[in-house]
Amino acid sequence: MKILVAVKRVIDYNVQIRVKEDNSGVVTDNVKMSTNPPDDNAIEEAVKIKEAGKAKEIVAITIGDDKAQETVRKALAVGADRGIHVKADGIVEPLAVSKILKAVVEKEKPDLVFMGKQAIDDDCNQTGQMLAALLDWPQATFASKIEVSEKSLTVTREVDEGLETIEVNIPAIVTCDLRLNEPRYASLPNIMKAKKKPLDLMTASDLGIDTKPRIEQIKVEEPPKRKAGIKVSNVAELVNKLKNEAKVI
Amino acid sequence: MSVLLIAEHNNKELKPFTLNVINAATQIDEDVHVLLMGHSADAVAKSISEVSGVKKVIHVDNPTYENYLAENYVPVILNLAQNYNHIVSAANTFGKNLMPRVAAKLDTSQVSDIIKVISADTFLRPIYAGNAFATVKSNDSKKCITVRPTSFDPAPSSGGSAEIVKGESAEAFSPTKFVKKEEIKSDRPELGTARVVISGGRGMQSGDNFKLITAIADKLNAAIGASRAAVDAGYITNDHQVGQTGKVVVPDLYIAVGISGAIQHLAGMKESKVIVAINKDGEAPIFSVADYGLEADLFEALPQFLEELNKLNTIQK
Repeated sequence: MKILVAVKRVIDYNVQIRVKEDNSGVVTDNVKMSTNPPDDNAIEEAVKIKEAGKAKEIVAITIGDDKAQETVRKALAVGADRGIHVKADGIVEPLAVSKILKAVVEKEKPDLVFMGKQAIDDDCNQTGQMLAALLDWPQATFASKIEVSEKSLTVTREVDEGLETIEVNIPAIVTCDLRLNEPRYASLPNIMKAKKKPLDLMTASDLGIDTKPRIEQIKVEEPPKRKAGIKVSNVAELVNKLKNEAKVI
Repeated sequence: MSVLLIAEHNNKELKPFTLNVINAATQIDEDVHVLLMGHSADAVAKSISEVSGVKKVIHVDNPTYENYLAENYVPVILNLAQNYNHIVSAANTFGKNLMPRVAAKLDTSQVSDIIKVISADTFLRPIYAGNAFATVKSNDSKKCITVRPTSFDPAPSSGGSAEIVKGESAEAFSPTKFVKKEEIKSDRPELGTARVVISGGRGMQSGDNFKLITAIADKLNAAIGASRAAVDAGYITNDHQVGQTGKVVVPDLYIAVGISGAIQHLAGMKESKVIVAINKDGEAPIFSVADYGLEADLFEALPQFLEELNKLNTIQK
């Protein structure tokens, strides 16, 4: 079995987001970037499946500018066998990403495609479902547990009411929840070895995909600031304020 | 043209968030049609027809739709799509799973998680877990939109008298099978929808100490949250995590205990209506978003808090 894992480079989750003064977006220059957190879970799960002897090859793919390649190298350092970097500049909307991934899936013919359930930059939560639609494959979204059989997966999904279990035939798309596993760290020797693993470069136009955004981003603003609150001096005062001023208890 | 809204339900009752989405839909266009796909869900169809603002209910009744699977819902929606400019659902796990599969089939770039309708093609949506707001305009002829339910008031559940029409089923998608759903049976409200949330951070010092929080949660009928630091330290399981990589919550009252207020935690709770922070470090960033800050040792403050709550004659539930 072959697993394709899609990873995205995003602003690190611990960085304070700053909006650009001209309201055209958020500041990304000189800001720490990392792999989108649930994409780490996607890679980890693929590696675990390979370690269990149920997969032969893991291919990590990213779509983005030159530096996006770092996320593929990181995936290679924790166990992916091969990388693909599809170069594209600027905003690439989930619809375009899923079209690129579809083109790659048709070439690579993986049995499974894994990715994080959502990217923490645009918070769209679309790509996996869109790719499943374009390929007419089953979609197991928000996965917190995956059991692999020969021809199908049994996936436990994190839904608002609790847990849902579905069975999907292979080939399938899985989008991963943070609860799926605990991503490992890359060891220094493995980081060195990853530099020698093969990485294919291509562009979106090589694949015949137009990445021009369909959605116009008119402006990006700071969210409204909260009014400064007060400090209370003791618990009795706090409870009194909550009861009689804020009226929330 | 009209808005097609996909209802979420369990064949017995409508999920309350659908009402919030109906309100958002009426701000896009007055002609809101609700698609109900289920099995033996006539009572749900009737309740939707009574919601203020709904003009038509399309009821598709088939055993295939007893349990929701996006793969089975999508062909039915696509068959109806030509009559509509907008297709709308909630930005919860139901709609998030469903709508992109519709959008890709229609070759439409979806607008996710809107918090405000500016016009029929322009919307406000949070990005970076609410650390920035983007105003976006959709230029696709069909617009697929998910709505953050907590950003809109629910539409009144009475006052409407929409017609109910039967809709056509479509072929089931056999590669995906529903197996089971385990609803979390808890006396406590769900973290994502609770009116009150009380969360503990690294300052709790141990998992055992969360019993101080549990006691207050019981009293306030609150959900229990935690910071990533508390989860990483193993004090509590990660389904309690509030923050950018956990759950985003917007309760009426959020009580942060022993939480310093890391950026990624603030992203998950700072839209709460009233925020209380209890922390012994007066400089902790959590105080910058708190309406009421109490600089105190939580191990003294929490038992006192419970004691004060016990003195109250009534507590809102």
